[in-house]
Amino acid sequence: MENSHTEEPKYQKKLPRWVIIVTFAVLLGFLALMGWGLRNAQQGPVQVGQKVPVFELTTFDGEKIRTDDLIGKVIVVNFWASWCKPCEQEAAELEEAWRYYQDTGEVVFLGVDYVDTETEALKYLEKFEITYPNGPDLRTAISQIFRISGVPETYIIDKNGKLASRKIGPFVTIGEITSMIDSALNQ
Amino acid sequence: MNSNNKVLSRKKITFVFFILIFLMFLIPIKNVIAQNDYPTDDQVNVIAKELYCPVCENIPLDVCPTQACAQWRALIKEKLIAGWSKDEIKQYFVDQYGDRVLAQPPARGLNWLVYILPPVVFVGGIVVVYLNLKKIKKSPEKILQDSTINNEKYLHEMEEALNDLNKKEDLT
Repeated sequence: MENSHTEEPKYQKKLPRWVIIVTFAVLLGFLALMGWGLRNAQQGPVQVGQKVPVFELTTFDGEKIRTDDLIGKVIVVNFWASWCKPCEQEAAELEEAWRYYQDTGEVVFLGVDYVDTETEALKYLEKFEITYPNGPDLRTAISQIFRISGVPETYIIDKNGKLASRKIGPFVTIGEITSMIDSALNQ
Repeated sequence: MNSNNKVLSRKKITFVFFILIFLMFLIPIKNVIAQNDYPTDDQVNVIAKELYCPVCENIPLDVCPTQACAQWRALIKEKLIAGWSKDEIKQYFVDQYGDRVLAQPPARGLNWLVYILPPVVFVGGIVVVYLNLKKIKKSPEKILQDSTINNEKYLHEMEEALNDLNKKEDLT
């Protein structure tokens, strides 16, 4: 009898519990996916001391080079492109450094041509008389492993397959290149 | 009769003259058709519009001013000259540089979300809005109905109370 006129009208229909659960699950899944993408996008380049994932480079000559076959050697991975002007600054020095270490058999140079056309890339290699193995970064798979931010970038992998050092931007002198390689050789 | 012949021969000459003029027009037209075999920038841009260079994010290849993109457009032209179709050229770019060069991601794997989520969210939004609008429309009627019921009860109680009061006053 008391407070009968103050009772709330009972006309509101609630959504089924499973609909609410599914909606929240989809929403959370979507947020998790966005978070994962954001984390990947914000990750910087491979860190020094970190194990570098194995990758395969198919050269312009069709030769396949796998980095796990090169364990015990220092690998110099240079990212470049024919449209990249700063890459031209270091091209001659890199070739000179390669010729310096070539006979030792302890150092391997790999040129990775990033987002380029083969015609222009081959012209570039001819222009700078580059003789070490070079190949395209097919489907940008190698640059994604290193998470490069541009070209030129050079990564030096030690004999155990760990990143010894990296250079963002062009090398200015050959001494800069050899000092990095020597320190990787002495590790 | 003679004059008739003259008129006829004049007509013939005029006819031959127009035929020759017409044939002269055909010669350059044939040349233009031959030139069309060489791909124009517009034909290149039709394909370039559907591609994005990873170096210059968010800029379609047809309007990208960088040297890298100019090389890509030159490559498209090379492939068109070689007789490749639009799909073959796009597939070549995907093989070389990955799916991310495509303006429209291929419908596979997680890419499905791009195609499924927007319509699902849109339809879901419409359903929610519709249900809420329906609720808003219904609720005043219901409240009115409920309020009349409650008011009647209340009035009934009030009447009873007043009657009791009157009876008490009469007694006094």
